[in-house]
Amino acid sequence: MRLLLLLLLCPFFVQAAQPEVYEKTLDNGLKILVKPDRRSPVAVSQVWYKVGASYEPGGITDISHMLEHMMFKGTHKHPAGEFSRIIAENGGRENAFTGRDYTAYFQTLEKSRLAISFELEADRMRHLNLLDAELQKEREVVTEERRMRTDDKPRAKTHEHFMAMAFSNSPYKNPIIGWPSDIAHYTIDDLKAWYHKWYAPNNATLVVVGDVDPDAVFKLAEKHFAPLKPSKIKPVKPQTEVEQLGPRKMTIKLPAKLPYVMLGYKTPSLKTAQQEWEAYALEVLAAILDGGNSARLSSRLVRGQQLAVSAGAGYDLYARMSSLFMLDATPSVGKTVFDLEYALKEQIYQLQRELVSDEELQRVKAQVLANNIYEKDSNFYQAMQLGMLETIGLNWQKADEYVKKIQHITPEQIRQVARKYLIEDHLSIAYLDPQPIKHSTPSRKVAGGHHAH
Amino acid sequence: MRIKVLLIFFLTFSSSLWAAAKIEHWQTEHGSRVYYVHTQNLPLVDITVGFDAGSIRDGDKHGLAALTAAMLDTGAGRWNADDIAKRFESVGAQFGSSASVEMASLSLRSLTEKPLFDKAVTTLKTILSQPTFNPVDFQREQKRTLAALKHREESPGAVANLAFMKALYHDHPYAYPSLGYRETVAQLTPQDLRDFYQRYYLANNAIIVIVGDLNRSQAQQLASSLSAALPTGQKLEPIPDVPMPKIGSMQHIPFPSTQTHILAGLPGSARKDPDYFPLYVGNHILGGSGLVSRLFKEVREKRGLAYSAYSYFSPMARKGPFIMGLQTRNDQTQKALQVMKNTLSDFIRNGPSEEELIAAKKNITGGFVMRFDTNRKLSQYVTMIGFYQLPLNYLETFQDRVNAVTTEAIKDAFSRRINPALLQIVTVGGQ
Repeated sequence: MRLLLLLLLCPFFVQAAQPEVYEKTLDNGLKILVKPDRRSPVAVSQVWYKVGASYEPGGITDISHMLEHMMFKGTHKHPAGEFSRIIAENGGRENAFTGRDYTAYFQTLEKSRLAISFELEADRMRHLNLLDAELQKEREVVTEERRMRTDDKPRAKTHEHFMAMAFSNSPYKNPIIGWPSDIAHYTIDDLKAWYHKWYAPNNATLVVVGDVDPDAVFKLAEKHFAPLKPSKIKPVKPQTEVEQLGPRKMTIKLPAKLPYVMLGYKTPSLKTAQQEWEAYALEVLAAILDGGNSARLSSRLVRGQQLAVSAGAGYDLYARMSSLFMLDATPSVGKTVFDLEYALKEQIYQLQRELVSDEELQRVKAQVLANNIYEKDSNFYQAMQLGMLETIGLNWQKADEYVKKIQHITPEQIRQVARKYLIEDHLSIAYLDPQPIKHSTPSRKVAGGHHAH
Repeated sequence: MRIKVLLIFFLTFSSSLWAAAKIEHWQTEHGSRVYYVHTQNLPLVDITVGFDAGSIRDGDKHGLAALTAAMLDTGAGRWNADDIAKRFESVGAQFGSSASVEMASLSLRSLTEKPLFDKAVTTLKTILSQPTFNPVDFQREQKRTLAALKHREESPGAVANLAFMKALYHDHPYAYPSLGYRETVAQLTPQDLRDFYQRYYLANNAIIVIVGDLNRSQAQQLASSLSAALPTGQKLEPIPDVPMPKIGSMQHIPFPSTQTHILAGLPGSARKDPDYFPLYVGNHILGGSGLVSRLFKEVREKRGLAYSAYSYFSPMARKGPFIMGLQTRNDQTQKALQVMKNTLSDFIRNGPSEEELIAAKKNITGGFVMRFDTNRKLSQYVTMIGFYQLPLNYLETFQDRVNAVTTEAIKDAFSRRINPALLQIVTVGGQ
């Protein structure tokens, strides 16, 4: 591992051999990516569909996520409950998740049981049995999920309102879990239409990472997925966000205990950046601010000036559309959200004025290199990265290029993107203004035996 | 039929993995217990130093153990918080320290390339042995903890948890949240932290867990040097037994939320409990197996009453909690609670079916390797085994012990241990 040390000490290097990814596309358009990792006799299998919240027109927000729930409700061959029962009986872990730009399903199984996952996923890719009675129950479940994730969480709700303000026409303005009145009103026909529109082999990527032989996986995939018919997939409309013409601010009043502020600047993603390096420079800039305990927000705002009890920064490198560079913070006692807004902006101005030091930049790069190795500890994470990149319309090779691209970023480039993108006219701000919570004293305590019914 | 063949195939494989994940154990000359697993393929190591110094050692200064652990990396030797963070992050190392109810721990993930590793370990050793608990840092971290405690009051789920643990454990140390309360944390002083550190951060009160790409002699050297940096001291007083509640209870806490959080349970099982396996496998069927458990099916699949519905045993040195939980729209609270109670009492009265037991065993044993298929997960398992002094072959015998569980054993264990009439129930939500 001599090489590694050299890499950490030397700012410009070209990374050596990467673990290999094997790729194949079936005649029906299904793309398959396989990455062998032989540390443990298991394999994770993920099916990624190019559809998510940002594909949804007004009135049916959440429908991608609702369909994700309905995908567990059975096909003619495997009625409701069978999918999960079979996976469980085979010792598998499974679930699914929906994002702005993707819907994905996964199983982790002992490696010789991969066929089970393929058979079930192939079946529900084209043969889902969508029933109105199941939708009515699942609508209630999703409504409960929304209450839990958003409605009863002041910061999550602030974020939801903030996004709706920050974007004018981009679908990123809508929450992934949808608006309550949309959840309440779609019909089984809406779901059927959505399923037939997007669920097809030529709109999906199958990713397998684990103790597997790529050729055997391709053969197995051929057997189960090749008989599926492709669809004609109409490309989604671009809905490019209009230019923002000045800062936007809002106050959210909710029962809460602590004030909180979030700031977002319109920024391109790796997919939409005019020049690729700009996106990587924004990624490094986020790490200069919030890449660990030695980064600027912790060392200056939390420890040095003690303005914040916590502060963070984040950038969406991998998004299908242009998104936001986000900052958020909770003020210390005696400080206000306005003090913090000022202090966070001051950090941005400094990045626009002064070059970051080589020492600081090296520290960020050392962490990126080390993380790149730590991430290989998780098959699931590796599969996520490959699947996400393919699904947002970049290719999986971007995962391998990441370290090299970051290593090449210079202090000048960081200053350049700070000046170009982190500008006042493209900024949105939300303040959470806490309202009293009616005091939570235990109201009654009923002691006594409860009958076991 | 195919599935059966695969199962046999799998069993031969899992035994070969065991050879690779063998736990080696020894004691350092200063009395620390060391647990080491050599893993290869990735040039990294996960190191955990754990102490019997969780919040059960707080006395009435609730939050003391947690704040002590949280302050370790804010100053040590001649370094301040910035120096320490830079030392770790310049070599890509990840450090964390925290205290739960029973254990305080420092964890380090580092690359094994020597100069990087050495710098990270020197920093860890200094934090471990020479923390400064500087008053300025103390005041800041105390305020941050107070803010976190205030933030906790925004969450109906967190409010429910606090009330639930208090209902189960009354004045037992398990009743108190490890982060403490605003009133108790506000009273703490730097001297309290120094005293706590000196009393509990002892070589003979420590376990050292090393999982990664270090050979045995490197691991021995590392463990000895960490252990030698610490003083030795008196043995600790044992944790008191947990009394079982005499009567059931139910309390409602009003909260302006759209959902009501329901928690119901009792003191449950201990780490070395003779009923551990029947309770574990039984609960898997009742509410522990995610999308296919009885609670999930009754509450969510059949009635759409909640997004999540679950139950679990959280075994500790003494009886940790048995918890059933769900969240539902306020006006459905009574209905959902009734479904939860009925599901439990039906399970206790009739036990699981043979088919359910077979399916549960297949799920647990078939997915067994996934519990430690990463270095990090393996390291967490070994820490648990070491801290509670479970047999070193715990993982090797786990599947056999699961397979030995019968429907009668589950029914018997549940009927002795979980009396539905004694359930402690907490609901937090709106009208």
